[in-house]
Amino acid sequence: MRTITGWRVTSGDAQGAVLKLHEPVSFWGGIGPEGDIIDVHHPQHGAVVTGRILVMRSGRGSSSGTYVLAELLRLGIAPAGIILTEPDGIIATGALVAAELYESRMPIATVSEADYASIEDGVTASIAMVGDEAVISLVD
Amino acid sequence: MPLTLTPDEEAMLAGEHGPAVALSMRIITELGRIRGAEELVDIDSVHIDGCIFYGQAGLDFAQRLVELGGQVQVPTTVNVGSVDLIHPHLILQNTEKERWVAQGGRDLMQAYVDLGCRQTWTCAPYQMDSRPETGSNIAWAESNAIVFANSVLGARTDRYGDFVDIAAAITGKAPRGGLHLDAERHGDVVLDCTGLSVETLALDVTYPVLGYLAGAIAGTTNPVLLGIPADVSEDRLKAVGAAAASSGGVALFHVVGRTPEAPTLEAALGPHADAPVQHITAQRLNAARQELSTAREEQLDAVSLGTPHASVDEIGEAYDAIVGGPPLADGVAFYISTGRSVFAEAERRGWVSPLEDWGVTFVLDTCTYVTSILRPGTRTVMTNSGKWAHYAPGNMGVDVVLATLGECVESAITGRVTWNRELFT
Repeated sequence: MRTITGWRVTSGDAQGAVLKLHEPVSFWGGIGPEGDIIDVHHPQHGAVVTGRILVMRSGRGSSSGTYVLAELLRLGIAPAGIILTEPDGIIATGALVAAELYESRMPIATVSEADYASIEDGVTASIAMVGDEAVISLVD
Repeated sequence: MPLTLTPDEEAMLAGEHGPAVALSMRIITELGRIRGAEELVDIDSVHIDGCIFYGQAGLDFAQRLVELGGQVQVPTTVNVGSVDLIHPHLILQNTEKERWVAQGGRDLMQAYVDLGCRQTWTCAPYQMDSRPETGSNIAWAESNAIVFANSVLGARTDRYGDFVDIAAAITGKAPRGGLHLDAERHGDVVLDCTGLSVETLALDVTYPVLGYLAGAIAGTTNPVLLGIPADVSEDRLKAVGAAAASSGGVALFHVVGRTPEAPTLEAALGPHADAPVQHITAQRLNAARQELSTAREEQLDAVSLGTPHASVDEIGEAYDAIVGGPPLADGVAFYISTGRSVFAEAERRGWVSPLEDWGVTFVLDTCTYVTSILRPGTRTVMTNSGKWAHYAPGNMGVDVVLATLGECVESAITGRVTWNRELFT
């Protein structure tokens, strides 16, 4: 097991298998009502984000992604947590609003480019927040 | 520097102005912390995008704010909803999902009315009576409204989206960051259009195609357009921005000699004087238009104008192109989407009835690509909107041709798709 330290975007703890995206996905128009990637132009079209630690470089696309992420959290089919390299207001707001409405706390963390590059698809990751730091443990 | 609040803002967060303000302030301050803002900024107006129904969560949020006694503190307009409240019969309710969206959409629109929003239901709030002042801070959502406010009006809004919009309206505050800051507003890449012909620069469809290219090139940075006529209309700038915000994430562009922050190229670029330059040629415009035009069918099923919502002038141009000419072909639907205030003015000018008699369906409060309006079986649609052309194939499963107003009308009369693939010179 190894540990990466990043930064807290939203609070919460999570554990799951990493789904590492080759390119960012827009929640609006990109994730369907079954929690799968429905953007036909996305290289991982069909992959299911539900329960995964979603790792992608950045957010993408329409600002209505906030609404779609909150709806995925309401339905219990959202990712368990999200790791990015830069904070994204659209994604973060979806998690903040779902926390207010449904007490579902989905952690979002940012990590450095180097740490991002080192996270491999399929490994088990856990995210815990300590103050403003995110502690990410990876089990290969 | 961490986010610092004024005593009044601390009181709002602590609940001294009621629970709806406190909830909204939690969202604004958390977003500020995440974005690295050092303080909040007072805003003069809000445009809401969270009123389009994508599921129960948005309705739960708006109704929670209503239950907590929330009321907007600054003038607040609303984007299109999922229902045409004036012409409810236009919204198809044949499937369970369509009925769910129609009911949820109506409830969501009502919640935003209850929160004190003006019932504007338009994606083009800048076409109404009151507009933000140059240099003023606002919190607008909806990508085409954001890019128009920043670029054409010179007001300052960052890219706000669903939920933050109403939180900003209830608090009158937004994080001071992004495009509120001088340093973020300079041009990053120059699109040199000086090689385009006078004829091309006079065509309506040049502008959505130019916007589409600008978005593809600039991504989320600020493009600067050079060589555009200084008297180019607001409608054409609207088309540039809407397309650039769809193909990319453009929230601010400059047109040298036309837009408020670009009296000269040097002023538009500021410290980015060595910004890269891309030459926009007729060939690139033709290729971009062909890429956006997915239609293979020769038979035309529908025309959709008014994305973003048609202005009074645009309805007048449609009137001039249509009324007094040959009839609409059987089996072709012809939609113009617009806002209530523009529609009322077009009615006052006597344009609406003749257009409706010819066969135009006016769509108010919503848009043909965000809800179920197109008849089942619609395959091929012509539009003069780069934004519609970008989103409709994915949203609606239709094929499109991006065309001039003249080509749209001519094709609607013959029932056959007619367009010049090498239009730009």
